[in-house]
Amino acid sequence: MKTRLSLLALFLFTSLSLSAQEIKIGLVAALTGQSAQSGEAITRGLTIAIEELNAKGGIGGRKLVLIRRDDESSPPKGVAAARELISNEKVSVLFGGIDTPVSLAIVPIANQSKVPFMGVWAAGTNITRNGANPNYVFRVSAQDDLVDIALLRYASNKMGAKKPGLVLINNPWGESNERGLKAAAAAANITLAGIEKIEANDVDVTPQLTRLRNAGADALILVANAAPGAQMMKARERMGWKVPVVSHWGISGGRFDELAGPTAGEAHFVQTYSFFAKQNEAGKRVFAALAKNYGVKSPADVLAPVGTANAYDAMHLVARAIDKAKSTDGEAVRKAMYEIDLHEGLIKTYKRPFGPTDHEGLAPEDYIMVRFEAGKIVPVP
Amino acid sequence: MMDTYALLSAAMTGIGLGSMYGLTALGFYITFAVSGCVNFAQGATLMLGAVLLFTLQVKLGWSLWFAIPAALLLCGLWSALVERIAVRPFVQRQSDAWLMATVALGLILENVVLFSFGKDPRGMPASILTSGGIEFVGLRITPLQLLIPVVGFSIAFALRIGMQRSALGRAVSAVAQHREAARLMGIDVGLATTGAFALAGVFAAIAGMLIAPLYTVSAGMGTLFGIKAFAAAILGGIGNPRGVMLAGLILGVAEAMITATLGSSWTQIVSFAFVIATLAWRPHGLFGRGALKKV
Repeated sequence: MKTRLSLLALFLFTSLSLSAQEIKIGLVAALTGQSAQSGEAITRGLTIAIEELNAKGGIGGRKLVLIRRDDESSPPKGVAAARELISNEKVSVLFGGIDTPVSLAIVPIANQSKVPFMGVWAAGTNITRNGANPNYVFRVSAQDDLVDIALLRYASNKMGAKKPGLVLINNPWGESNERGLKAAAAAANITLAGIEKIEANDVDVTPQLTRLRNAGADALILVANAAPGAQMMKARERMGWKVPVVSHWGISGGRFDELAGPTAGEAHFVQTYSFFAKQNEAGKRVFAALAKNYGVKSPADVLAPVGTANAYDAMHLVARAIDKAKSTDGEAVRKAMYEIDLHEGLIKTYKRPFGPTDHEGLAPEDYIMVRFEAGKIVPVP
Repeated sequence: MMDTYALLSAAMTGIGLGSMYGLTALGFYITFAVSGCVNFAQGATLMLGAVLLFTLQVKLGWSLWFAIPAALLLCGLWSALVERIAVRPFVQRQSDAWLMATVALGLILENVVLFSFGKDPRGMPASILTSGGIEFVGLRITPLQLLIPVVGFSIAFALRIGMQRSALGRAVSAVAQHREAARLMGIDVGLATTGAFALAGVFAAIAGMLIAPLYTVSAGMGTLFGIKAFAAAILGGIGNPRGVMLAGLILGVAEAMITATLGSSWTQIVSFAFVIATLAWRPHGLFGRGALKKV
């Protein structure tokens, strides 16, 4: 009896002391619902990076653990989850998910609690440009305003568009890009043929496209997720309209190629990473881990690749900052983010990725244009 | 200003969608005629038709000639089941709770599909129906866009003939006219009611299969469609099959015209406002007659 008790005490003691040493990494993302794939992709990227770090003994001898919470794509749920992770679980760093509205709601909490908040998908411009000083919010992902400039530039330079038309999902994300695209068009002195909204449950968007065709659109810029984006491609196909399509990355979050059918490949869209291109060392490592842990057989099986790639690089960058800070104190980690000088990542080699006025790990030069080809996402030459 | 092309294109879209609203609404008509009840799981049944077709044809690799009848049969059985467990027990006790019960069964079905079929919307493989096309005064029309209204109206016509000529049709008509009298004439009222629900389920399933190639196949695809079909049924006057079919068509064309002129942000607002305004003007629907309330 006595030995049992002492064993129990020993077990409790060791597990307590172990957990005291662990560095807790929080994730608030959509783990269920329509965007569940994004949350799973981010989880995979974080998990692979954490396993790599732990295999090398963690950071300063402390192991990392991932604690996930589901925001169900709802800002109130995201806020509750972020508060719980910060005050109860005492996470050192918080990662965010795909939904801009959720991330925007978490930003003030992170800044007030002085906990670094790393965005790995949501592209809303105001997430990092939130006006707070000091600002605890960083991002390794695309940013809407920059994507909008890149999309418009691609349409006019590569597709020869003089009068592009916009097809936007009717929600806050579409609105954010409506502002960005209008500003980008004004800056580049490009006239827009028109702006059409599509609904997530529109069965046939031929009427919207007909309006753009009548207005003389010579390219379409698409901002929507996979299912409504596919509806647009199918309507375009039915109309026999061979207009070029340039798209934000929403269409990569589902089975766009299956949903859109034969013309899926005619939409060129933006990504931060492709597992199809020639892989660097990190790329080979991550792919091997995806194959081992998640049964991924080919690059085509990598679901929502940007989520995994962004999260993987962001986790390693955060680890470097914690290592430099020699502490998990939020203020120390925030400052150490600016001290990261060189990091061989998956998406690129980061050189001084962050500065006091620049919280974006990626820039428009890092965006690549891709398209679907026989079920695979391949870079456009 | 809209030109002829835009007008024709919107009309084509509207006729396609509208005839499917009408076909699904005929399901509401037939169950209402026989039992005074409607199956609010009709939208979910539409979804089930598309999901079953996708599963049998694409996932299991069945030939269409087997997949379509099998999916129709299963949807008919499902709707018969809805009648047995969510309608009959309440009607027998003079309760209107079938309203909620059928809504609930529809939601349960949606969630079961969400679990088993998955959350990802899926797409039917491309075929000659969607990829082929003919030019008609500058307007491109795919075979599917022609097939949808043709099937919709053929079924409506067949229903009309069947109700007059076939034994089951006559039984259903008799029950619709007077339940007790029909029972006294030796007609199995219960069987006629279940049959009507099964037929309504088959109609919804056909609509689901026809719009699947236009749309995406997912657990939530039938919800709004079911509501619009019910709106068509009420708009047309639920006791008048021709009115119901025509109202579906009017609703579909109105939607497409609103989208083409005002933009899709206005479609839902204006089309449902139109439904409400019409019902305020003609409470029994455009083509319906007020039934006498028997006291």
